[in-house]
Amino acid sequence: MVQKNKSVKELNPEYKLESRNLNLFYGQKQALRDVSIKMSANTVTAFIGPSGCGKSTFLRCFNRMNDLIEGVKIDGDVLIDNVDIYKNEIDVYEYRKKVGMVFQKPNPFPKSIFENVAFGLRINGEKSKSYIEDTVEYALKQAALWEEVKDSLHKSAIAISGGQQQRLCIARAIAVKPSILLMDEPASALDPLSTTKIEELIHTLKDNYTIVIVTHNMQQAARISDKTAYFYMGELIEYDLTEKIFTNPSRIETENYITGRFG
Amino acid sequence: MIHLDRELEQLKKSTTAMWVLVQSQIEKAYKALAANDKDLAREVIANEKRVNSMELKIDSDCEDLFALYSPVASDLRTVLATLKINTNLERIGDLAEGICKHILSEEKAFDKELLKASEIQEMYDVVIEIMKDVLKAYIKEDTKLARTIFKKDEILNEINMQATKNITEYIGSDISKIEAGLNFLSIIRKLERVGDQITNIAEEIIFSHEAKVLKHL
Repeated sequence: MVQKNKSVKELNPEYKLESRNLNLFYGQKQALRDVSIKMSANTVTAFIGPSGCGKSTFLRCFNRMNDLIEGVKIDGDVLIDNVDIYKNEIDVYEYRKKVGMVFQKPNPFPKSIFENVAFGLRINGEKSKSYIEDTVEYALKQAALWEEVKDSLHKSAIAISGGQQQRLCIARAIAVKPSILLMDEPASALDPLSTTKIEELIHTLKDNYTIVIVTHNMQQAARISDKTAYFYMGELIEYDLTEKIFTNPSRIETENYITGRFG
Repeated sequence: MIHLDRELEQLKKSTTAMWVLVQSQIEKAYKALAANDKDLAREVIANEKRVNSMELKIDSDCEDLFALYSPVASDLRTVLATLKINTNLERIGDLAEGICKHILSEEKAFDKELLKASEIQEMYDVVIEIMKDVLKAYIKEDTKLARTIFKKDEILNEINMQATKNITEYIGSDISKIEAGLNFLSIIRKLERVGDQITNIAEEIIFSHEAKVLKHL
């Protein structure tokens, strides 16, 4: 049976993430144009759009990763829990703890499975051995990896499969107890079975996290997200319930893109 | 043009071909009835196999489209609507066959008085007219034209209701006419159901292009 995504009324009225009139420039090139969006807590939002449309740039605004790129200029507001994370007085490192990030290619550290998950806790100064052990177990369970690796926690993380590595990266992100997970094409390098596991995992995780996912796989966006945002040339063209976007989008540009008649 | 467009175009051609065949089945059924042409009635019954095989082919093509192209938005609605239109057309084919079976079950031609009393000619004229209009609406993607059908279907419903009364009177005048009268009433009912199927098709055309569900309104 197809499980319907949440209806408008059921979506959490509390906005976890928000941007207001956000513009971003890489030097002279404008990558985001006046993007305003509100994302509810405990939902999955998918960003879709052609390559270079600004969806990954926009995703990275929510943990201020773009700050690291030279020549970036940002104006407008980006809010997490109603606090503008680009205001001067904000402690970026503290805010980044709220936001976990998972990338396209699994990027485990060349350490053991256990140490990968414990890494964030250790650099945050956590000393309690039992707390670290409990948290590693919790995070691996949340990432649906515990049963597969519980007997080989000290094996190298590089030796496990790509799908397992990606779930390990999710566990690593979860271990520091963020409330938001940003995922930039988390399943695009994985086989269909691993992709299914990641999708199932995302579905489960949204009970505890607000998830934003960038994907080129439209069916994936349709399957796992509550709301979908379509971007084109730095603009947010349409943002609506996923069910609406994939059955009857309001904008012809969205229709053309999702039906493959783009360009 | 993307590959899916070519597939959808082919699907539309197949559906149109089935439509033309089904329409000709309905037209022939009327000619067979009016002229008591039993050979023509047999031809309609024999052709029903062709209608069935076309239905199976379109069903299978839709299944392939879902499996291979995962259509969304207007493409999804087109394939969903085609599936339903296909079923509606097949049922119209069944009804044409049913009418012809009634014709064959009568030894003699239906009484001219009965034909007149039942207003079957008017009913057929409306059925053929709306079938042609809905086909045109389907081909030209004209939802405005599709909407005109609903009013015309009401004419069929009225004639159908009136026919029951008229045929009852006809039977009442002579008890030996019971069998022919009941047989004829079944034909009228079938024609009225053809109108319902065409209305369903018009609703699917509107759903396909406007994403509006008119069913059960």
